[in-house]
Amino acid sequence: MKVLVPVKRVLDYNVKPRVKADGTGVDLANVKMSMNPFDEIAVEEAIRLKEKGVASEIVVVSIGEQKAQETLRTALAMGADRAILIVSEDKVEPLGVAKLLAKVAEAEQPGLVILGKQAIDDDNNQTGQMLGALLGWGQGTFASKVEVSGDSVEVTREVDGGLETVKLKTPAIVTTDLRLNEPRYASLPNIMKAKSKPMEQKTPADYGVDVTPRLSIVKVEEPAKRQAGVKVADVDELIGKLKTLGVVA
Amino acid sequence: MSVLVWVEHDNASVKDATLAAVTAAGKLGEVVALVAGQGAQGAADAAAKIAGVSKVLLADDAAYGHALAENVAPLIAELMSGYDAFVAPATTTGKNIAPRVAALLDVMQVSEVLSVESADTFTRPIYAGNAIATVKSSDAKKVLTIRGTAFDKAAAEGGSASVETISGKGDTGLSSFVGAEIAKSERPELTSAKIIVSGGRALGSGEQFHALIDPLADKLGAAVGASRAAVDAGYAPNDYQVGQTGKIVAPEVYIAVGISGAIQHLAGMKDSKVIIAINKDEDAPIFQVADVGLVGDLFKIVPELTEKL
Repeated sequence: MKVLVPVKRVLDYNVKPRVKADGTGVDLANVKMSMNPFDEIAVEEAIRLKEKGVASEIVVVSIGEQKAQETLRTALAMGADRAILIVSEDKVEPLGVAKLLAKVAEAEQPGLVILGKQAIDDDNNQTGQMLGALLGWGQGTFASKVEVSGDSVEVTREVDGGLETVKLKTPAIVTTDLRLNEPRYASLPNIMKAKSKPMEQKTPADYGVDVTPRLSIVKVEEPAKRQAGVKVADVDELIGKLKTLGVVA
Repeated sequence: MSVLVWVEHDNASVKDATLAAVTAAGKLGEVVALVAGQGAQGAADAAAKIAGVSKVLLADDAAYGHALAENVAPLIAELMSGYDAFVAPATTTGKNIAPRVAALLDVMQVSEVLSVESADTFTRPIYAGNAIATVKSSDAKKVLTIRGTAFDKAAAEGGSASVETISGKGDTGLSSFVGAEIAKSERPELTSAKIIVSGGRALGSGEQFHALIDPLADKLGAAVGASRAAVDAGYAPNDYQVGQTGKIVAPEVYIAVGISGAIQHLAGMKDSKVIIAINKDEDAPIFQVADVGLVGDLFKIVPELTEKL
């Protein structure tokens, strides 16, 4: 089966985001950008399915500015076969992304679409589920284990309180949780090879999808700062503090 | 405005997360609670007692037994012709179902709402809680997930709503439930605990994690949490993880032991009322958010603290 893996270019997770003084958003000028960590896990899982002989081809797709090419090249260097970039200089919301991905899925006919469970910039956790709804496919969200057999896939999900396993008819949607796997690093020869792998460029208009945002940002602010605390010297003093806080009698 | 609220339950009783969702929904309008499940009459009766709920809808069918999104989302989407908003707690179940409902309704969901500013304007955290965005929705119907720690819990008793039985299309045949492994714990649930003792990678091993953190938690009647580093190293199970990618908690007291305080972790606990940090590195970022800090060797401090309590 073919596996489709959507990836997103986001602010690197090690960078502390700075809110712009005018309150319009987070400052992304001259900061390190990387592939969303959950998407790296999605790419890795697709590659492992290919190595097991389950997946025949891995197509990675990204929706965003031209620079998202770098993110797609990273996925190609990890082991994906080809890439599709849907160029939009304006931000596209999960609903718009899901609609575009649904069109790509209709064209590519994958057996699985593996997405990250959430992007670490907008923290929405929506795209995979929305794509499932639009395609009318089953969804295995927050996956920590994926096993494909015949025309079904068993997905072990991380839920509040433990794990849950569901069986989905393929084609299906999987969204990755952290413990699904540990993504590999792209080796230098593979990075070189990735440069010659095919990358197709499209626009939302090519798919006839209206990606006008439904939500408008009124303002973006820094969260309330916590008051500076005190340091205590030893355990007795700590217990004294706990007592004044009413934690212990 | 009328609001449909997703009730999280175990068939017999309603889970705490629902109570915060009812409070948030009440800020928008009249609250109707939806209990979907198999053999969930007990949960429907419990939902009817929540203060502020005007009516309970009970969809009792084998197809809804494990809250599979493929079966539940079409049920909700159909019901939504009569409501202006759908509100679910931002639990793993809510996060699984609500976006599927939103796409079926062709609306954008607002995730992890922290406050309701008006009928169409909400605040929510972005970038792991390092920024708070105020967003305005232009959609006719709103789909929201609610961050439970940001709203007071509605009273679980005092209401007297009627329970109405409804039915939907049932099983879509897209998915089925195979099994669950629920971690057994005598301790309070992490997301609703008043006190949390959390351990990090500095504990060194799973044995030391349990030998040091568990007795302290038991002394305080606290829930046990962990940083992602501790979970990744195998010291604690996944569902202990507090952080952007784990659970978001806001207890009265959060005790961080051997946790440096990475952005990822702070996103999950920095709304705790009081934060206490025990760490040997006095420059650890955790001390920038801690109300009370103790610099020193946790292998000496924690046993001493446990003994003296």
